[in-house]
Amino acid sequence: MSDLKIEGYEFKPGFKGMAKDTSSDQTMFKGVHWGKAMMWIFLLSDTFIFSCFLISYMKGRGSTIIDWPNPSEVFGLHVFGVQVPLLLIAIMTFVLITSSGTMALAVKYGYEKNRKMCGWLILATAIGGLTFVGMQAFEWSKLIHEGVRPWENPFGAPQFGSFFFMITGFHGTHVSIGVIFLFIYAYKTFAGHYDEGKRGWFTTMKGDYVEVEILGLYWHFVDLVWVFIFAFFYLW
Amino acid sequence: MEKTKKQEQASTHKIGIYLWIWGLLFVLSFFSYMVDWYQFQGMLRWSLILFFMFLKAGLIMAFFMHLYWERYALVNVLLWPMTAIACFIFLMVAEFEYVLFTRLFYFVVGG
Repeated sequence: MSDLKIEGYEFKPGFKGMAKDTSSDQTMFKGVHWGKAMMWIFLLSDTFIFSCFLISYMKGRGSTIIDWPNPSEVFGLHVFGVQVPLLLIAIMTFVLITSSGTMALAVKYGYEKNRKMCGWLILATAIGGLTFVGMQAFEWSKLIHEGVRPWENPFGAPQFGSFFFMITGFHGTHVSIGVIFLFIYAYKTFAGHYDEGKRGWFTTMKGDYVEVEILGLYWHFVDLVWVFIFAFFYLW
Repeated sequence: MEKTKKQEQASTHKIGIYLWIWGLLFVLSFFSYMVDWYQFQGMLRWSLILFFMFLKAGLIMAFFMHLYWERYALVNVLLWPMTAIACFIFLMVAEFEYVLFTRLFYFVVGG
């Protein structure tokens, strides 16, 4: 989604547009806000970090001669006397997707300059993220009580603990940082900083609803990483 | 003027598309949970997990992160580096198979 206000905006779709952009002078992604381009570059580097974690997990799990713990049992919960596999993880996944959807709508209402709706949706996203972090804290304490450590665990291959704490811990840190920023941005939206173009504290750039989209990119990325962790770590 | 107006319409999308993608993500997550619920095993399990995973990731990137409407130069800058990750995965698959082989080999033969 390009910004019309930026000089030199001209959109040509497909390879022609790409050739025009890459061969142009001064800026490559014409019409794309610099903050958004930078967020994308950051997310790309973050993708590499998470890929390295997941690939090392794949290598560790693939080369151990001791059986890997069955995640469906390890992460199962006893509810009303019934053992439900992966229950907590499934709820966490749904919470994160819900918050991702509210964020997408917040970005949409932001671009429509609907201040109130945008603010409430960012707040809903923040609360969803907080719920997710809370459930993750519960999951960690449960596993620690059961004796899972980075160097050993009662279920099987000792590498399980180190990969679990490293990968979900790093993802949880991302969620926590996102929640902090979501609360700040909810305040800024309600206070009308993006309508007035008030300058921010992080950079001195003029406030604009494009900032909501930049934050949205980060939040969707956190959800995206969870999709991969859910598939490879919990389901595989 | 006509052109800018057209672009302006394109820069905010109807709410329907977001709700559709949102609903689809819920359904796909539910299906991937069902893979575990019914305890599918082997190739069926892995292919289903990967299928739902890539579908979900693609939907989030294309529509929630607006990559579908983004400039092609940006899309290419973002997606091509993923081939490096794919290469790395293949390298490490070869590596863990070799490590597993040597571990089992010396387990049987003895150091």
